[in-house]
Amino acid sequence: MRSDIDIVVIGGGNAALCAAMTAAECGASVCILETAPKPYRGGNSRHTRNFRCMHKGPHGPLVDDYSEDEYFSDLLKVTAGKTDEKLARLAIRTSEECLTWMQEHGVHFQPSLSGTLSLGRTNAFFMGGGKSLVNAYYRKAESLGVTILYEAHVTHLELVDDRIELVSFAHEGKEKRLVPKAVVVASGGFQADTDWLTRAWGPPAKNFLIRGTPYNRGVVLADLLDQGVSSVGDPTQCHAVAIDGRAPKFDGGIVTRLDCVPFSIVVNKHGERFYDEGEDVWPKRYAIWGRLIAQQPDQVGYVVIDAKSLELFMPSVFPPIKADSLEELAAKMDLPPKKLSDTVAEFNLACGNTSKFHPTELDGVATSGLLPAKTNWARPIDEPPFYGYSLKTGVTFTYLGLKVDENAQCSTGQGPVRNLWAAGETMAGSILGQGYLAGFGMTIGTVFGRIAGREAAKYAN
Amino acid sequence: MQTDFLQEARRQAEICNACRYCEGYCSVFPALHSERVFSDGDLTQLANLCHNCRGCYYACQYTSPHEFDLNLPKALAEVRQESWEHFAWPEAFAKRFQSSGLMIAIASVLCFSVFFLTIRTLGSAGGEGFYAVLSHTAMVSIFLPAFVFPLFSLAISMRRYWSATNGEPVRLSHIVEAFGSAARMKNLAGGHGDGCNFEDEDRFSQSRRLAHQAVMYGFLLCFASTSAATILHYAFDMPAPYPIWSLPKLLGLPGGILMVAGSLWLMALKLKADKNLGAPSAWGGEMGFVALLLLVALTGLLLYAMGSTSLMPLLLAIHLGSVLSFFLLTPYTKMAHGFYRLAALIREAQRKRTN
Repeated sequence: MRSDIDIVVIGGGNAALCAAMTAAECGASVCILETAPKPYRGGNSRHTRNFRCMHKGPHGPLVDDYSEDEYFSDLLKVTAGKTDEKLARLAIRTSEECLTWMQEHGVHFQPSLSGTLSLGRTNAFFMGGGKSLVNAYYRKAESLGVTILYEAHVTHLELVDDRIELVSFAHEGKEKRLVPKAVVVASGGFQADTDWLTRAWGPPAKNFLIRGTPYNRGVVLADLLDQGVSSVGDPTQCHAVAIDGRAPKFDGGIVTRLDCVPFSIVVNKHGERFYDEGEDVWPKRYAIWGRLIAQQPDQVGYVVIDAKSLELFMPSVFPPIKADSLEELAAKMDLPPKKLSDTVAEFNLACGNTSKFHPTELDGVATSGLLPAKTNWARPIDEPPFYGYSLKTGVTFTYLGLKVDENAQCSTGQGPVRNLWAAGETMAGSILGQGYLAGFGMTIGTVFGRIAGREAAKYAN
Repeated sequence: MQTDFLQEARRQAEICNACRYCEGYCSVFPALHSERVFSDGDLTQLANLCHNCRGCYYACQYTSPHEFDLNLPKALAEVRQESWEHFAWPEAFAKRFQSSGLMIAIASVLCFSVFFLTIRTLGSAGGEGFYAVLSHTAMVSIFLPAFVFPLFSLAISMRRYWSATNGEPVRLSHIVEAFGSAARMKNLAGGHGDGCNFEDEDRFSQSRRLAHQAVMYGFLLCFASTSAATILHYAFDMPAPYPIWSLPKLLGLPGGILMVAGSLWLMALKLKADKNLGAPSAWGGEMGFVALLLLVALTGLLLYAMGSTSLMPLLLAIHLGSVLSFFLLTPYTKMAHGFYRLAALIREAQRKRTN
């Protein structure tokens, strides 16, 4: 390995790679320290699928227009205003040129999509998904001469006055250190550190599943925050969705999602309903169910549907639990059988005219006199066989991160840290204070990764 | 068919169906996504539609060491291999060739070559050129059945395949679409036109697509050359040997060169590729088949170059021995893949039009 490294990039996902490639193209010598082993490289970018992109007129795989203002208003809707407008608009405005840049760096986009989400106007989908993007970027980074170390666990960045003086890390069983001119931190959030999550969330967090990489443990984030680097975002906030309860503890990714809630009733372990399953179309309401499940006893929920709804949603990765009667289904799912059939009977009784049922839009087919009501897609659950899924809370990412300015530079209370930049999930809380906008994580990572790489190289040169 | 291969392919297909990230790579995924449950016939069709480009494997977030342990190219290769053995007629031949293809190819070429040399030692056939070694009548009486039998055997296999995959009556438009796809090797283009991931992990390259096309078009040119010669012989009473500015030579020479270059390239690619992303048990048989193609083309070219030397009778015996082996083994070797792939592409064209 070269000893004269100009820039150390910590992390190995989209933002890290964008920073490394940009810095290398500016002539700097760059080293990526990726915690994961090679097959798991790429952080959560491995599990992503698309990139939200502003554009005037058709652009690459995108159709029509998606203006800065429309994009920003979409962001305001999900964050309820918890965003830094200057940074958000910078990310949005720069996203347009990023698409071309991504293609020039080996990313292939899908021409059109026949899937369930109609996002052909706002989101560009990677051919093969995020891992293929990550693969393309590693190829490109290697061809630009970037040194890549896998299973390199960064333990400490030494902040002295307003500079990072050295980077300590463990690699191949040895403690090593680098003394680069500049450092880019792009090592994600802390959601894979269950203890940290439990400190922030309380004991229920022990039952959460982590949808993405097990390597985002926030070690560098904690180290920098301990040394007074400014933070942004709420430690108690994380993006959580309801996923298949049988999903792996870590890394289940996209396949663990369940799209069946709107056509179902959802009960807790006592067999009681607790929320309007028909509140809104699924992608929009997907995110709230993570929190709803987290508030239930043992942080579990159970979806119950009947035969007529089975093919109305995307296929699930694990087959549903199937039974000829509700009592049998309850027994298989460890629910109180009497209570479940009572809940279903009560629900069925509250269902009215279902002739306007329409699975893909808000159809107003609602219950009457039921608490909580089901305000759309309310059809009696009465056609055997009956099917069930268990639900658990799946954490996508955490919001607490490093505060940055428009140059992606970090600071302390005393002012900027001269040679420290941050990009990606670790600073996304600056822009995404809460909620989530599909494909926006990749936008933030790409935009700020490139800025961080450029600024770090400028400083190093 | 072996249910464990089918079970494993089914398990993986269900995970792919919940993910759908690979949608754009090849025809397998749109076909897969149109189902919710996978019958054995569905899996057989998907397996024969898969061209083993490996794009999906390298893009997959669920490959080993992930606990889902996806390796769809391998799972489909195993089912595909099984389906060819299962549909072959007579079935026992196929099983034997899959397990020890290279040895059988070598043995068969040797036997047939010795056979032709033996005929030669029985004395001159009285003709000129090659026919001095083996008379035209003898050649025809050996090669005509050797050509017809494999076609008959393959016709049975294709019928079995068609019934297993619930094929519908074939229309011209289905055939046009299938041939169009094969002519461009669309399913090795990676969906974005940059080729596949065959020989060097996740790097996209056109190598396999180009090498395959060289072999395929080379073979078709050689086949056209032989057909042209047959027509010249019977319709125009113009027996071999033919001069360089004749149709058989103008077709056969570039055809032979393409086949030699293409099969060497394919062998080199196969040596570089990860064996574990195909059916490991079929690797030897596939290599044996490409080697046989190479031998057919190479001896054909050498025969042309050294036709007037004393090596000619030996070369002719080896050439005829390898051609005979090639034809006779066609229903049981990788050569059958061309027929199955076309059937799968036709079936896929039908599916697309029905949806």
